[in-house]
Amino acid sequence: MAIAKVCGIETEYGILPRGTDPNPITASSLLINAYLSGALGRRISDIGWDFLGEQPGNDARGFVPDDVFAPEVEVHLVNAVLTNGARYYVDHAHPEISIPEVTHALDAVLWDRAAEEIVRSSMQQARRLLGGDAELVIYKNNSDGKGNSYGCHENYLMDRSTPFARIVHQITPHFVTRQIFCGSGKVGCEIPGRNDAEVPFQLSQRADFFEEEVGLETTLKRPIINTRDEPHCDPEKYRRLHVIVGDANMSEVATYLKVGTTAILLAMIEDDALGDEWRLAHPVQAIRTISHDPTLRAQVPMASGITMSALEIQWALLERAQKYEQSHGLAAVDEEVGHNVLARWEATLTGLEADPMSLAHQIDWVAKLRVVTGLAERHGLAKGDARLKAIDLQYHDLRPEKCLADRVGLERLVDPDDVISAMTTPPTTTRAYFRGRCLEKYPDEIVAANWDSLVFDIGRDPLRRVPMMEPLRGTAEHVASVIDQSATATELLDRLGR
Amino acid sequence: MAERTQKNKQSPDRDKTEAVEDAPATSQAGEKLKAELDDLLDEIDEVLETNAEEFVKSYVQKGGQ
Repeated sequence: MAIAKVCGIETEYGILPRGTDPNPITASSLLINAYLSGALGRRISDIGWDFLGEQPGNDARGFVPDDVFAPEVEVHLVNAVLTNGARYYVDHAHPEISIPEVTHALDAVLWDRAAEEIVRSSMQQARRLLGGDAELVIYKNNSDGKGNSYGCHENYLMDRSTPFARIVHQITPHFVTRQIFCGSGKVGCEIPGRNDAEVPFQLSQRADFFEEEVGLETTLKRPIINTRDEPHCDPEKYRRLHVIVGDANMSEVATYLKVGTTAILLAMIEDDALGDEWRLAHPVQAIRTISHDPTLRAQVPMASGITMSALEIQWALLERAQKYEQSHGLAAVDEEVGHNVLARWEATLTGLEADPMSLAHQIDWVAKLRVVTGLAERHGLAKGDARLKAIDLQYHDLRPEKCLADRVGLERLVDPDDVISAMTTPPTTTRAYFRGRCLEKYPDEIVAANWDSLVFDIGRDPLRRVPMMEPLRGTAEHVASVIDQSATATELLDRLGR
Repeated sequence: MAERTQKNKQSPDRDKTEAVEDAPATSQAGEKLKAELDDLLDEIDEVLETNAEEFVKSYVQKGGQ
């Protein structure tokens, strides 16, 4: 049986300093520190990230090719753990938030939206600190329109015994075609040699940047399947599939479908219930062809010799997923959420097939295209006009007074009050609960934290490391009462037998 | 491909119902949609960055992951 698809989203945000030091690393650090000292106003800003066990250079294929660059871990930059279990840090000159581990797509949406609100709050705090007209403007997008991209990654817990080659072959068709509903849309094209007249609008922010089918890189020659093998949990039992091929979404429905459909298909791969029928002849070409065609009519060659459209491939994957629900159930992705994802998936494909514009309140690329087309007609703007690119960027601007995505009537899936609460409280269903509650209750006695452990200093040597190698241990059910009963970390560790 | 054809066949009723319901209201619904879009574009025109060219030029990011 497929294991629970514990998952997360890691978003690198675009940052534009205005009227202040233009260095993006300085700006990102200032942004995060402003939040830690301002909005939180507490001691948590002193708790360090523990890099023990970080191995971003490990390759899931079991070897490290010698012509690639393993990502560097930047220890000197701001790096904080929040009471909601998230990590907030500076990565590659961008502020990044990795949401806490969650067990289904709806919770992924909730904590992704909470991350967005944390960034919005950080911007306010930074404005207060900087004074005058200076501000740090944050964009939830993936490209500057000039060939520079930054990621919105997902991660999914998988059974180590599932052959990695099977994952690669069977999930690639989804990674190439899911952009028809989870692409965030982009004005123009960033492939060298292609111009905006050829590709005035495309489905995905990221498709232009993928050059390989499989690989370890994340910053150059990006692969559709990333092989970073960093499970952040028991490596004998689990792998954590690191997905770098998605766009950051403003639409909650898009995030929900992105995570929900992928989690179901990965569970099916574990149960060997998906199959190899939809292997593409040329995945890298196909991801671009599909992105560059907002009519959704483009056909791409399959390994079997036939051609299919992205919609046809998605219908085929959905149909197989519906059969899987009947034969295996959807416990691995939460039965209720999984069932709802399947219904949404079907409704979305039906809408895209009839008229993509019918999804202008659900799908980011459609919402953006509607505004771009509307304003181009209203003002007679030609392809390549800077105003069209400005609309694209501003769709993702997180300032409430400027954000276009806030104005296009996107359907909401989570309660705004729950989002505010998720800024400071962790999910109850994973080890993020233990991490978040301990940080909230014992900040003075925790010296370091990371995904799979907490390090306590209770005044007697040595430091006590509490390992959390099981993502589904340390939930509210397991530890809420122990934490409730323990006034100090010493009491907590005694109760835990440490 | 065969599966896809079957999919279309499974839902003829829904298509028919929509067609019947939509017919008398199409022009009205179309007008409403257009007015809605016009209002949205008015609102967006008001908040758009004033110097688009300079704004787009200034938006340069370091590549990330």
